[in-house]
Amino acid sequence: MNTELSPSLVKVARMTSVRLKWNRFWTEIRRDSFCYLFLAPFLICFTVFIVVPVIMAATLGFTSYDGFGSLRFIGFDNYIALFTQDIIFLTKALPNTFLFALIVGPGGYILAFLFAWLIHQLPLRVRDYYTLAFYAPSMAGGVALSVVWIAAFSGDRVGYLNNFLLHMGWIDNAIVWLQKPEYLLKVMIVVSLWISFSVGFLAMLAGLQTVNRELYEAGRIDGISNRLQEVFYITLPSMKPQLLFSAVMTIVTTLKAGSISTQLTGLPITPQYAGHLVINHIDDYAFIRFELGYASAISVVLLLVSYFAMRFAYRLFGSKEEL
Amino acid sequence: MIRRLRRITPFQVILVVVFTGLAAFMSLPIVFILNHAFKPTNELFLFPPRFFVQNPTGSNFEQLFLHATNATVPFSRYVFNSVVVVTLTLISVIVVSTMAAYVLAKYQFHFKQLILSLITLSLMFAPETVGIPRYLIISGIHLNNTYLGHILPALASPIAVFMLVGFISQIPGELMEAARIDGASHFGIFTKIVLPLAVPAIATISIFTFQGVWGDIETSTLFMQDETMRTLAFYVNSLLSGLQNSVAGQNVAAAAGLLMFIPNLIIFLLFQRKVLETMIHSGIK
Repeated sequence: MNTELSPSLVKVARMTSVRLKWNRFWTEIRRDSFCYLFLAPFLICFTVFIVVPVIMAATLGFTSYDGFGSLRFIGFDNYIALFTQDIIFLTKALPNTFLFALIVGPGGYILAFLFAWLIHQLPLRVRDYYTLAFYAPSMAGGVALSVVWIAAFSGDRVGYLNNFLLHMGWIDNAIVWLQKPEYLLKVMIVVSLWISFSVGFLAMLAGLQTVNRELYEAGRIDGISNRLQEVFYITLPSMKPQLLFSAVMTIVTTLKAGSISTQLTGLPITPQYAGHLVINHIDDYAFIRFELGYASAISVVLLLVSYFAMRFAYRLFGSKEEL
Repeated sequence: MIRRLRRITPFQVILVVVFTGLAAFMSLPIVFILNHAFKPTNELFLFPPRFFVQNPTGSNFEQLFLHATNATVPFSRYVFNSVVVVTLTLISVIVVSTMAAYVLAKYQFHFKQLILSLITLSLMFAPETVGIPRYLIISGIHLNNTYLGHILPALASPIAVFMLVGFISQIPGELMEAARIDGASHFGIFTKIVLPLAVPAIATISIFTFQGVWGDIETSTLFMQDETMRTLAFYVNSLLSGLQNSVAGQNVAAAAGLLMFIPNLIIFLLFQRKVLETMIHSGIK
């Protein structure tokens, strides 16, 4: 009897083990129900307005779609075309973006930390004013700044930069800063560095406040002699989350930069593609040529690039266990 | 007073001097806008160009406001819309993101890693390409021409949550354990311990959320077909398109820019003080 029943017994046992796991899963879910309750408002909005649109956009990358109906599935054709035929993407958008990101990204990041740290060394009462002075350009936003930059880099003698250089006698003729391909990208980099003190800068400033003062005293007892050592051994390790946040924001904003060239030149496509970044390329295909499928494919590639840049940042700050 | 003076080291003196120069250079654009907005037309065409305004006039602002009174929608309607949208969004973003971040930073549960990695991944996606799917969703759930259409998309703010998670995870767990032993509920811990200690981070996210929502034209352009539901940023931006290459429009543009900048400045001044002050006295860590 016993031998006869044994196979079904095993089955029952397996069944119960699955059910047991399932039950445990449910009890855990129920135990953590307040977690899900707290998360719910954010998660719902996040899913509806970010996750779903992104998935929809990523699917569009495999289609040929002009925004008016005829959605045609074409597999990897968009990606193949992007890397084999799109000359402007390969010779202009990609190199420009990398150059731009390599200078503005690390440059802006280091500048932001340097100035945040220096501001932190100032007496408490005046800190606010300096923070404001550095943060204001990025606060003014696109509308305000396009007025400024156009006046500053204007191509005739009335432009402030031209006027200054002519006055000093360093140039003989006014330079058309924003229309000449050889200057445009440089102007863009300068302007971007100028306005790079944004969210990351604020996060670093806040992070510097959280560093425990007693650590500095302890460090001094342990033989830290100058401020540079202080920064490396105490300040930087103590504000890892803020540094990581700031790094991520820098990567994201530099790779997503694109409106800057439009603001400067007033044209969606810059002269001879001199200031053409990947985002401009996306805008070109999405909103000028209405090839939404192709544009989505490009943005998926951009997403992958930023993903690997991000992985690099995580590795750099080694905080896998924290996030 | 004497004690305070004595504490300032030579290093700080040099720093202040160098920094004042740098800060002045950095704030040139703002000074420029401020001056440009009050310039009468004849000063715009001066050669050599003058940085500072000689005879300030308010006519640029007058022009900006009058332009709207001729149109069907009064200027005040745009301002009202902006104020309503920004206020509601700011409050809800703070509440929603802190709640989510608190749970993500301090508790272990299923799907936590998945949610965290989704949030970091979503930071990277270029918003340009999700415009059309977003429009389809908004019109699918009938949020066109409602204030919710402005507010709900902004509620999903992965940047805010990402930043708050980093901050809240720094709050020592012992503090919460102690509170729990004293009989505090999850909600009690959240309101009595996490919220007060996270004020600097909340101030920071408020600053950039305000900035983002105040200057946002995407929701007005894509989701609002009714002119009466659009915001100030949209109105200002629509005035400015095409002004880029003409000197004559620059003063109106600067006036508009100033108009958009001032609220940002006020919010920044209000919240930044919180960022700098709270942590110093809170005895965290």
